[in-house]
Amino acid sequence: MKIQTIFHMSSPYRDDFRIKAYTFGEGEKTLCIVGSMRGDEIQQQFVASQMVALMKKAEEENQIMPGISISIIPSVNPFSINIEKRFWALDNTDINRMFPGYDQGETTQRIAAGLFEFIKDFKFGIQLASYYLPGNFLPHVRMIHTGFEDVNDAKYFGFPYVGIREPEPFDTVLLNYNWQIWNTQAFSLYSGTTDVIDHKMAQGAIEAISRFMVKKNMLSLTIENEGVQEPIVIEGKQLIPIQAPHAGILIIEKEAGQVVKKDEVLARIVHPYEGRDVCEIKSPVSGTIFFARNKSITFQNTLLFRIINL
Amino acid sequence: MIQNVTALEMPIDEEFRIVKNHLTNGKGKRICIVTGTHGDELEGQYVCYLIAKMVNEHPEKLKGTIDIYPALNPLGIDSMQRGVPAFDLDMNRIFPGNSRGSMIEKVAHDIYTDLSGADMVIDIHASNIFLREIPQVRISEMTAETLVPYAKLMGIDFIWIHQAATVLESTLAHSLNSTGTPCLVAEMGVGGRISHSMCQHLVDGIQNLMFSMGIWDEAPDPSKIKESIVSKNGDSVAFLNAKISGVFVTEIHNDTTIKKGQSIGQIISPLTGKILDDVIAPCDGLLFTIRAYPMVYEGSLLGRIYKL
Ligand SMILES: [Zn+2]
Repeated sequence: MKIQTIFHMSSPYRDDFRIKAYTFGEGEKTLCIVGSMRGDEIQQQFVASQMVALMKKAEEENQIMPGISISIIPSVNPFSINIEKRFWALDNTDINRMFPGYDQGETTQRIAAGLFEFIKDFKFGIQLASYYLPGNFLPHVRMIHTGFEDVNDAKYFGFPYVGIREPEPFDTVLLNYNWQIWNTQAFSLYSGTTDVIDHKMAQGAIEAISRFMVKKNMLSLTIENEGVQEPIVIEGKQLIPIQAPHAGILIIEKEAGQVVKKDEVLARIVHPYEGRDVCEIKSPVSGTIFFARNKSITFQNTLLFRIINL
Repeated sequence: MIQNVTALEMPIDEEFRIVKNHLTNGKGKRICIVTGTHGDELEGQYVCYLIAKMVNEHPEKLKGTIDIYPALNPLGIDSMQRGVPAFDLDMNRIFPGNSRGSMIEKVAHDIYTDLSGADMVIDIHASNIFLREIPQVRISEMTAETLVPYAKLMGIDFIWIHQAATVLESTLAHSLNSTGTPCLVAEMGVGGRISHSMCQHLVDGIQNLMFSMGIWDEAPDPSKIKESIVSKNGDSVAFLNAKISGVFVTEIHNDTTIKKGQSIGQIISPLTGKILDDVIAPCDGLLFTIRAYPMVYEGSLLGRIYKL
């Protein structure tokens, strides 16, 4: 295990800002895993830390294939996590809107550039990602359709679903997109939650990454494959959005991952003063809940669920 | 006439609204004055006030329609947050929105739809709390041919023609310009403050534009309409970024012509009493941006110079 500081910067009064990389094995830059990037990505931090522990053990037991190296960057943004702020400490910019970065530019552009310089030559890249809306996902791997993506590789994680979506203007400044443009097979791995650790889903993410490494000949491990099926590739239009018809207190009845029938009640909205049900939210289709909001209040029109309709 | 552009329920006993003041004589062209996309930018508040007041005092001079939208991000303005509170999103990265999308996407869609088809939209920004700007209009290279003549009519100090970036395709201005509604982005002043003279200057410019378009029946005093400096191309602007983290102090104001080698300010260490870096102008030019907020990290923008 080799620990390097790949980017550092002074701060007016805080300790230096540092991004650290943990590298295992020696040889071709084969896989890079990027952990937390925003200040609320605790699940991502935890998964990254567990991957470091797992790789350390794998290295000690000679399970890493010769001629390859695997790097893990547990956090790109310790400064924001340490002050419980989602975006950059001073100017509230999002590092994941700054790629490929610019080493002569603004602070977060420099952070992105410092990271990207280190991670851009890897063959495969996994970002432990979070979603901009508060809620829980069915764990999955997602790719952006750039023409460089390879959906077959995404299947090796063994999650039941692989998400693929068309790029939007903001994608051009995301890590995943820029990785792909620089010829890295990039995956965004959604490990369920964001600001609270879910051990079961974290374990699922760790196993999925391990499975991918075994399938791609990076690790010689025996890996549990029971229950792993050929994944289903879902595109944006196969996800049925369900929005709140009214605002109020939100009582969620169904969680991400649950299978629901058409007309089954997913949630209720309760009047915040009078305690009565304002409305029930029923599933318009039979399917699996892919995304479920996890906040207990809602605006009108807020996205509450996405359901996979196959 | 005050009208709702959009209205939605909020969780507890509050309606989310975006309002506009629809001032019209029932015919002619339509100009829209929009501001308050970023909740920390307040210069546009006074501009809206001055324009509404002008019409209130002389309704007979109105020969078209002026729609005033003072707050595209009302929650942000009322709670001193740049983005949209509760969503932590930049309101200017979600256009043209989506009528069936989440609350904020629907709001963006309703704003975009309401503005579409106008003869001119002026989107007024006021930098942020970190940087102070001279009055300027920012135009992407792609739309320069159409928009520069309008911007010149505003007699604004500086017209900055910048390179197009894909990420900026989700701004209000890009969404409108790319679908046939001309939109000029004005930037001036600093976040959290109102400069009366700058606002009055922009109002004179907007009045001149409205007069030229036949919307307002009186031209401003010609002495108030300056000739604009129009930037040549993308690399004509030098960016000064902090070399080191610390406290930036300066006595220089923007709107100053500076010489290569001149000191712009210092990054100091209050702990040691030492100057960490003397910030030196890399070229001659017009200092049109200067840092207003003293705390800096490596990379923080300290100023921008248009090379002369
Ligand atoms: Zn703005």
